[in-house]
Amino acid sequence: MNHYTERKYVFMVAVILVGVLFIGRLFYIQVIDKSYEAFAQSNSQSVTVIYPARGLIYDRNGKLMVYNQAAYDIMVTPMLVQGFDTTGLCNMLGLTPEKVKERLNTAKSYSRRVPSVFMKQVDYETAAVFQEKMFQYPGFYVLTRTLRNYQKSIAAHALGYVGEVDQSVLNQDPYFQMGDYIGISGIEKAYESFLRGVKGKSIFLKNAHNQTVDSYQDGKYDVPVTVGKNISITLDSDLQEYGEKLMKPYLGSIVAIEPPSGEILALISAPYYSPDSLVGRRLGESFKQLSADTLNPLFNRALMAQYPPGSTFKTIMGVIGLQEKVISPSTEFHCSYGFWAGNIHTACHLHDSPLNLITGIQNSCNTYFINVLKRILEDPKMSNTAEAYDNWREHLVSFGFTMPLGIELTSELKGNIPTSDYFDNLYGRNHWNYLTVRSLAIGQGELLMTPLQMANAVAAIANRGYYIIPHLIRQIEDEESIPEKYITKIRTSIDSVNFIPIIEGMDLVVNGGRGSTARNARIDSIVVCGKTGTAENPHGNDHSIFIAFAPRDNPRIAIAVFVENQGFGTTYAAPIASLMIEKYLTGEVKRKWYESWVLGQVQPQQVTPEPDTTASDTITDERDNIIDQE
Amino acid sequence: MIVARQNIYANIDWLTILIWVVMVAFGWMNIYSANFLEVEGSVFDFSMRYGKQLLWIGASLLLALVILIIDAKFYSLFAYILYGIIILILTGVLVFGKEINGARSWFVLGGLQLQPSEFAKPFTALALARILSSHGFMVKKFSDLMKAGFIILLPAALILLQPDMGTSLVFFTFVFVLFREGFSANTMMLMGGLIILFILTLILDKFIIIAGIAGITLFVYYLISRSLKDTLRIFFTLVSLFLVLFAINHFLKLEFDYFRIGLATVIPLAVILAVKILYRRQKRNLKLLAGALIGIFFVISVDYGMNHILKEHQQHRIYVTLGLENDPRGVGYNVNQSKIAIGSGGFSGKGFLEGTQTKLHFVPEQSTDFIFCTVGEEWGFLGTAFVVLLYIFLLLRLIKLAERQRSSFSRIFGYGLLSVLFVHFVINIGMTIGLFPVVGIPLPFFSYGGSSLWGFTIFLFIFLRLDASRLELLG
Repeated sequence: MNHYTERKYVFMVAVILVGVLFIGRLFYIQVIDKSYEAFAQSNSQSVTVIYPARGLIYDRNGKLMVYNQAAYDIMVTPMLVQGFDTTGLCNMLGLTPEKVKERLNTAKSYSRRVPSVFMKQVDYETAAVFQEKMFQYPGFYVLTRTLRNYQKSIAAHALGYVGEVDQSVLNQDPYFQMGDYIGISGIEKAYESFLRGVKGKSIFLKNAHNQTVDSYQDGKYDVPVTVGKNISITLDSDLQEYGEKLMKPYLGSIVAIEPPSGEILALISAPYYSPDSLVGRRLGESFKQLSADTLNPLFNRALMAQYPPGSTFKTIMGVIGLQEKVISPSTEFHCSYGFWAGNIHTACHLHDSPLNLITGIQNSCNTYFINVLKRILEDPKMSNTAEAYDNWREHLVSFGFTMPLGIELTSELKGNIPTSDYFDNLYGRNHWNYLTVRSLAIGQGELLMTPLQMANAVAAIANRGYYIIPHLIRQIEDEESIPEKYITKIRTSIDSVNFIPIIEGMDLVVNGGRGSTARNARIDSIVVCGKTGTAENPHGNDHSIFIAFAPRDNPRIAIAVFVENQGFGTTYAAPIASLMIEKYLTGEVKRKWYESWVLGQVQPQQVTPEPDTTASDTITDERDNIIDQE
Repeated sequence: MIVARQNIYANIDWLTILIWVVMVAFGWMNIYSANFLEVEGSVFDFSMRYGKQLLWIGASLLLALVILIIDAKFYSLFAYILYGIIILILTGVLVFGKEINGARSWFVLGGLQLQPSEFAKPFTALALARILSSHGFMVKKFSDLMKAGFIILLPAALILLQPDMGTSLVFFTFVFVLFREGFSANTMMLMGGLIILFILTLILDKFIIIAGIAGITLFVYYLISRSLKDTLRIFFTLVSLFLVLFAINHFLKLEFDYFRIGLATVIPLAVILAVKILYRRQKRNLKLLAGALIGIFFVISVDYGMNHILKEHQQHRIYVTLGLENDPRGVGYNVNQSKIAIGSGGFSGKGFLEGTQTKLHFVPEQSTDFIFCTVGEEWGFLGTAFVVLLYIFLLLRLIKLAERQRSSFSRIFGYGLLSVLFVHFVINIGMTIGLFPVVGIPLPFFSYGGSSLWGFTIFLFIFLRLDASRLELLG
């Protein structure tokens, strides 16, 4: 059985050969070659880490938004600390002796050999004095890092902030060391890999007196520092600043998008906070305060607040009706103070009757769009209501509703449009029809949308049928292109011709005569197309909404404004949107009085009231509690 | 022969166990030193690596005892089942495992981290021994060889997916077991030769390799023919042809590189020689020439494949794996530091707990893959030579034990153990002293880590258990 026995000699010879080779080599490097000993004796190398400057952030017009400022950390390596003049150190750094002891112990418990931060971000003068006297304090040294600084205190939600890496990052990525900084939210997080750059490393040899003698192996193992890449973002810093100013008295959100490119021009969530408050040493304390604030300024309403779209939704109802060919632009419906069916009544306000699609939008007629929903859900092409309903819902999905759109910022919410299953479960299969869900037709009921989704839908209307995922990145230094998904057109399921009557209606909303619901959004030199809305709020006053784009031809800005608890869309949201459009398209706001009114500096009585929009608000219906808005 | 059921403790190889004890104990001392801090902690501080390693060692003593108590037949009977289980676990770790340092190689159970690939080594050896010792199995039969190859490559492939290149490569050492069982020596040499040629192609200028192949061919030709005159004649023809082509290239400014000129020299000459050889029907010379041409063709294909087929990052990965390029984390720096640490130990070392290089974090992975640095720095040449000799002694002892087995199952398993230990020993120590590219595999019985210690302990003691029962089985 045991053949090839002679082959054991091959194994023996191999083992012995390797043994001889190893012992020979070890003898050479340990006994004969003295250079290794010399290396080690010159004990030892000191590795200096060079931190790269983080990339700068510019706005769409090349205006600097975020830059860096040097900061000085006092570092300590506990193992190298020898007895020192505690009083001197205390005086220099403004610490009590107890504090010094406490911090040394903290550093020790982290590691005795690896340096840790003894005192964060001392000012330049202190650092300079300390640097001079450093030789008296072995084990201590000054580390220069950079901190973020902001040209204007705006756009905190979009920009995000930078903070120290936490333990989970340290475990995952060996690049980071305790005390390193990383983008934690917003743009800073999304483009971290570009902004960060690469740490450099210089290795020096030191003599017994801890003085640097020479660079180790002529710098062969040094790593040059790579500065972070600069980026441009899509925000217009002037517009952003102006929008934040307008929203200062309110809760709510503004999202403005350049329709053809999907670039976000302004992203405002009010209340907001100053990006400066989350820099460096201030971060911990500010964060605690902001988190405790009951108005929750850290909450990014533009992406995370979900509202029913109210009457602004009628624009989309209209295009779906046209696309399904259940109505035409000239289809007329009668309306007498609302929609009546048996004992069901949904109120509407006083306006001309009958209305067609265009004037229906102009007057924001509830009856009209409940009839559109009726035709969509009773479409003979479809086998039943559920199928017709799901088909209607699919159209909405194609506008980007019911899903996070995919902006760079995390924590975007997806909104809600129930599926037919939801109503099947609620009312039983085939036990519901357009009457049951009629509130959807006017943007109420179960519908939930984020301001970003609404702004995106407006951009899709302005583009007559497509959108590009709204995004904040415009350009990355040395990169040929921004990510593919931010330049790819996404088509809605609606043909472009079907947008024309709706846009006509939106034009009349702002620029029409009798019956127009937002004449206060009119700007003389620009054709603004808009639509008002009011989101019912079970917890308090309704939310004021306005969507708009301008100019009507070749639109350059699409905007959605949500102002919480301020009632009708036309009251606050429309003027704010109008001012934003004026600011962006003309560069300055001429209607100062109007601005002052929005900011609450002028009494509302001075403004021409809008009788046709307020006339109906008292008509309520107790049975289904749907109130008309405009 | 009479079946003799004897007390296994009388037949157990206590000498090997003694070596194991010395290795584990000396290993622990070095782990202790590498993690030692001046002030704090006792030896039993389980938050420190030396404390944890004590737990692993205690557990491995228990494991060893259990393995010795189990009947020897168990291991051959359950070889496939154990193999099947470890394959399932290796598949599972790809899905449920925890990713550490970019590889999904670990199961985390509470505070315990286990690396199943370490346990795959003994169980693969069991399955390999079982199939190679099965009735009628012939290493030279292609279908049988494929079966054995499958047993080896399946765990290797699963580990490569983690990805853990180093551990995966270890499985290829089972080829040595096949060699012991009769796998063709020529094929082994050819494979080895091609691997060396592959690496040389990446390191050296291709012209030098062509010249080298030509030189070696001529030398072998001289050994075969014993005709200095013929050899020199071919040599001068080669050189003059090269010089002529070189001159033409130079004066006509054709700008071909040396490699092309070399090829243009060698290939026509080879054709002429081939015709001559065929005419004279010199079989041995034909083989030699064919060998040389295969070598040259191989170099050209490797060169083409590297430069034209593989993308840049793939090329980079191969170079990094072979240690020919520094990776961003600075492998070159690490090896240099490791050499300094070992070299600074001198003849007798700096003394236990006195090492500075390893302690000051200059050497990476100082208690796992680079534990040998601590030995070198604190115990000097005496210590390192001791460890190397200990390994040589263990390996030679294992050859002896393997060869005295009557059952092929036990012998093959023994060679499996021997091969894996040998390769770990060569690669690990080789890389710390700069003779080998950095492949992250531990030094058996020395390096910190429960999985590695347990895996090798299981491997060694199963073999010792089989050895203790060698007299129970008929040869």
